[in-house]
Amino acid sequence: MTSKKWVAMLLAGGQGSRLGELTSDLAKPAVPFGGKYRIIDFTLSNCTHSGIDTVGILTQYRPHLLNSYIGNGRPWDLDRNKGGVSMLPPYQGKDGGEWYKGTANAVYQNFHFIDHNDPEYVLVISGDHIYKMDYNKMLEDHIDKGAHATIAVIEVPWEEANRFGIMNTNETDQIIEFEEKPKNPKSNLASMGVYIFNWKHLKKYLTEDELDSSSTNDFGKDIIPKMLNDEAKLQAYRFKGYWKDVGTIESLWEAHMDLLEESSDFKLGDPDWQIYAGNANHPPQYISEDAEVTQSLINEGCLVFGKVDHSVLSYNVQVGRGSIVKNSVIMPNVKIGNNVIIEKAIIGTGTIIDDDAVIFDSKQGLTLIGENQRVSSENALLQAL
Amino acid sequence: MKNVLGVINLVNERPILKELTHHRCLASIPFGGRYRMIDFTMSNFMNVSISKVAIFTKDKYRSLMDHLGSGKEWDLDHRSQGLFILPSIHPDEKIKGDLQQFYDHLEFFQRATADTVIIAPGHHICKIDFNDVIKEHESSEADITVLYKDYDGVQVKRPIYHQCSLDTNGEVRDINLYMSPKIGDHVCLETYVIKKQLLIELIKNCIEYDEYDFLKDIVKANLTNLKVRGYQFTGYMPFIHSLETYHASNMEFLNPEILQTFFYDSWEVFTKIKHEAPAEFTNSSKVSNSLIANGCIIEGTVENSIIFRGVKVKKGAVVKNSIIMQKGDIEEGAHVENVITDKQVIITRDQIITARNKPMVIRKEEVV
Repeated sequence: MTSKKWVAMLLAGGQGSRLGELTSDLAKPAVPFGGKYRIIDFTLSNCTHSGIDTVGILTQYRPHLLNSYIGNGRPWDLDRNKGGVSMLPPYQGKDGGEWYKGTANAVYQNFHFIDHNDPEYVLVISGDHIYKMDYNKMLEDHIDKGAHATIAVIEVPWEEANRFGIMNTNETDQIIEFEEKPKNPKSNLASMGVYIFNWKHLKKYLTEDELDSSSTNDFGKDIIPKMLNDEAKLQAYRFKGYWKDVGTIESLWEAHMDLLEESSDFKLGDPDWQIYAGNANHPPQYISEDAEVTQSLINEGCLVFGKVDHSVLSYNVQVGRGSIVKNSVIMPNVKIGNNVIIEKAIIGTGTIIDDDAVIFDSKQGLTLIGENQRVSSENALLQAL
Repeated sequence: MKNVLGVINLVNERPILKELTHHRCLASIPFGGRYRMIDFTMSNFMNVSISKVAIFTKDKYRSLMDHLGSGKEWDLDHRSQGLFILPSIHPDEKIKGDLQQFYDHLEFFQRATADTVIIAPGHHICKIDFNDVIKEHESSEADITVLYKDYDGVQVKRPIYHQCSLDTNGEVRDINLYMSPKIGDHVCLETYVIKKQLLIELIKNCIEYDEYDFLKDIVKANLTNLKVRGYQFTGYMPFIHSLETYHASNMEFLNPEILQTFFYDSWEVFTKIKHEAPAEFTNSSKVSNSLIANGCIIEGTVENSIIFRGVKVKKGAVVKNSIIMQKGDIEEGAHVENVITDKQVIITRDQIITARNKPMVIRKEEVV
């Protein structure tokens, strides 16, 4: 077995309960995003662009769709003779087995997988963030600084720092303290949930952590504080660019609206950093004679007969005559009838909106319609009241 | 269908659409916003699960090979089956006919486990259900089934079609080669079903007597000794034989009913996957009655047009009744009407190009 420089462990087991009805049947990383992608595509494409050829995907909650979506990893160039993509759900051994108790435990339970690839470094990432990042630069920094572990951080506005895991660093960006959602933040460097570890060093900590019955087996809450406590060298790696946690309905909607900003530096259509996705075959979209489309992203397979403004339409969405879709995110295979009004909403995959329905919140809030629902004109009007 | 072998025969491609075939064969011409003409036949084969397909090429097949790759998009990257591109093995000689090339690659037929062969050209825009064709071929116990369609196109300038005459039993009685069809004539679609063993035998026989043309020397020459039946294809298929008909048949796809039948009602049409982002529209976009593929950024006006993947229509630019192929760039204030721009064409700022009588082609990578 030739040893690998590094492998990536992608945490994709989360339920994403704050995404409500969007994750009732699928894991958060599998939630559609940007008209054509699923959330996990961004992290996987980062791996491809960073030259990582071995990725373990740790799944737990409702993995079926994710399993079939990832397949042999071909869209992300991960159909390799050696390495490639491996789905890693919890499993049974001769001494039984158990669910993944936390992020660190999930990696611990798969240490045979990592050992088999014999890497120098392990990249731990999660499948629920929207960003484009070259992990290779981070690895170079990690090696340069001779760190035991490197954590990617991003500057967040000071007033929001209390919502994140904050890294307090010294003048060389070495981490001296980690605070989860601090009331009075001392720094505005938020952890992005992207870690590089020296595998031998990490393995020791994971093993010890497993024996500690008081531990929650989590990277942020347990492993990192323990390393800091032992005065291991932990470096912060400052990432500049767009990064968004899409863990809530609001942030999911906001991230879509960000894509529509003309001035945004986060473009899906960057030829040097394509985002790869599976299931990409659909006919070109048809925009009818009476349709009006402005400031929107529209994927192939759509048929647009109405008016679409400042919205994202995923594949195979139909917008009927006289309908208006505004400030909304329409997920795949949604059929919108004629004379429908939809404003500031997320409509889940496969939902059917009947003629004359009105979907908007009179208090300017965001409306969420789940997957495979049917909205008739009567019950939609109730919502408007 | 495990027992069926697919053959796409490009050897007989005629010199039509010259403006678009400087560097590619007919089958490789872009069509319908994101396809190549060959995708339709490839997808028809895929629909009946044909797992071994050979493409007999004549010339200019680089772009075709690039497009088809390993055949993965059409489920053809199989271990022992799959996609075979079979060019002429005599690169310095003029090809004598399709049978020469079939003969040179006879091993392909001999090795295949399938017992039935479908032969089709690579440029027909149609959805033929070969399940039905094979069923009829077998139940009628025909030796050769010839597909035909009643002519419903406009007057052709050159005699490039072949006409079948059938008797009341549906058997082909005569084939009139190289003619100009009138409305309602049974035009041979150069699509055939034949048993593999019979095909191999007939190929060998023909080569022995210096006969090299499948239609003339295998089908037409055997109308009395073999049972040659016609199968009428009644579905939609434009007859493309000129730049005008190519332009018009692309525009037909702006008819929602045709879109529906081609892309939503039955099996999918597959093409090479490109990881382009969804099309982007801005505040200034004005698009009506058009097909737009992914990777486009539309800031200007687009009317009655077909826009391929990765095209940019900048602010103040106007595109009307046109076909803009992959990665075209229509700069600020430019105006094109009734134009077909080949791949990667740039129409510079404020240029006005309007063709009146006949669509005008702007060649690949030109900057106007």
